[in-house]
Amino acid sequence: MQRVAITHVAQSPGVESKENLHDFTYQVNREVLDKAGLKRADVGCIISSSADIFHSGLSCANAFDWDGIGAFMKEGSRAEESAMSFIYACFRVLSGHFDTVLVTAAIKGSENPDNDAITPFYGDPFYLRPVGMNESVVAAMQMRQYMDRYGITEEQCAKVVVKNRGNALFNPYTHIRKRVSLEDVMSSDRIYDPLKALECAPKSDGVVSVLIASEDKAKKLTDKPVWLSGYGCSLDHFIPGDRNLLDGQLQAAAGRAYEMAGISDPRKAIDVAEVCEPYAFQELLWCEQLGFCKEGEGGKLIDSGITQMDGSLPVNPSGGVLAMNPYTSRGLYRIAEAALQLKGQAGEHQVGKKVKTALAHSTHGFGGQCHSVVILSA
Amino acid sequence: MAKEEYRIIEAEAVVPYELALGGTVSNFFDYLKEEKIMGKRCRKCSRVLVPPRSFCPRCFEEMDEWVEVGQEGVVETWVYINMPFYGQVIKVPYVSAQIRLDGSDSGLTHLIAGFDLTNVNKVREIVKLGGRVKAVWSKEKKGNILDIAYFEPVK
Repeated sequence: MQRVAITHVAQSPGVESKENLHDFTYQVNREVLDKAGLKRADVGCIISSSADIFHSGLSCANAFDWDGIGAFMKEGSRAEESAMSFIYACFRVLSGHFDTVLVTAAIKGSENPDNDAITPFYGDPFYLRPVGMNESVVAAMQMRQYMDRYGITEEQCAKVVVKNRGNALFNPYTHIRKRVSLEDVMSSDRIYDPLKALECAPKSDGVVSVLIASEDKAKKLTDKPVWLSGYGCSLDHFIPGDRNLLDGQLQAAAGRAYEMAGISDPRKAIDVAEVCEPYAFQELLWCEQLGFCKEGEGGKLIDSGITQMDGSLPVNPSGGVLAMNPYTSRGLYRIAEAALQLKGQAGEHQVGKKVKTALAHSTHGFGGQCHSVVILSA
Repeated sequence: MAKEEYRIIEAEAVVPYELALGGTVSNFFDYLKEEKIMGKRCRKCSRVLVPPRSFCPRCFEEMDEWVEVGQEGVVETWVYINMPFYGQVIKVPYVSAQIRLDGSDSGLTHLIAGFDLTNVNKVREIVKLGGRVKAVWSKEKKGNILDIAYFEPVK
């Protein structure tokens, strides 16, 4: 089968940007092309992501982004969620029509209201919105069931924040670079009890751009191509009450990705993982469902230290979403970070072990309604 | 010479919508006005969904059989919300829960109230996973989900 690779990635600085979204998008896309030694005209087609009217306050949001991705006179399209935009870009290369595709996701979280004010609009206007739902409400519901069913403690959930915010100190492209202690997390406001304020991701500014190429082209553009070796996605019901919040679609998504990549034991095969954890406990739950430990053992997993930066399976060495939450871009950020680890170009947050296979995960919708899993290899 | 100066402008978007309820939601709300909680049963998988849907999202078949379910049910999970945010429709603090009504096979998202909600620790003593709750009706019915004012714990 024909192969497709990530050749280069670029990310905006993690700090809040004073640029407008248009210019902010251009800067990162220009950077990725400069890294690859390409001109705008050399790029085959573009895929934009992160179209979300409520976050950007702009309708038909990608229309505003296109110039900044160098789209003029090119074929282009978009996917709503950034991991989906990545796979879409891969498909365009695999179609044989394009040697290179530029995929980008952009958001300025500093400009939008709190995510909690935006996510009620995920809910339908009949049943869910009138009773005060948002993404954090469903996450907290999921957390309470998770702790109850498996005896996971609040401290174990809080440890994820300590780990990820600690990792973020070594990532210049992340947003919040300030260490927190277990006590800080545990004593932070119980804003969605049992969820505490420091267990919820911030809102961040972030543009990430990923250059995808065909096998032949990738080998010409870089000596370190990162190959797509597996992908899986699975969707759950819309109404949270129809779903088992502790047994959603991640296992199915991961199963599809592992099958494609020929992975039978993910705990051994995966060298590093970037997991989308907008709420601390979700990293533990997702790790279980990704097969990194047994069901109900997410608490033991964090206690064991395996998922620390120097552990045998580092999870979120970038600091994850808890340190940097460019809301609609966060899936593509996970993919870009996994690619950097494979290239050995993650800088100070490069994990100590040799990375041959990396996993990137993305989720969106209430309580993980949709999950995508991407397996990349060196 | 152009100065390096960054400013912001404030912007907002307020636009009205008219969203169709459709037959099933309209009928469900009409039943609520009569203080009846009705679900719909799937002929294929036999599950009763509350709130009702016009089709079973699992079997992908139409659901046309109305079934009255209990006004009491079990708390599957809950959250104590004490975070104000722009556009919030319920005043904090409030308790949101998934409630599986007797005779239903899905969770209804609604509020638990009817007691002092100011202290989360006290609320934790009253609201329990697996605890039973009962619908409390609004006196004035508007034909929407808040015709059930909230659910209160059953003593």
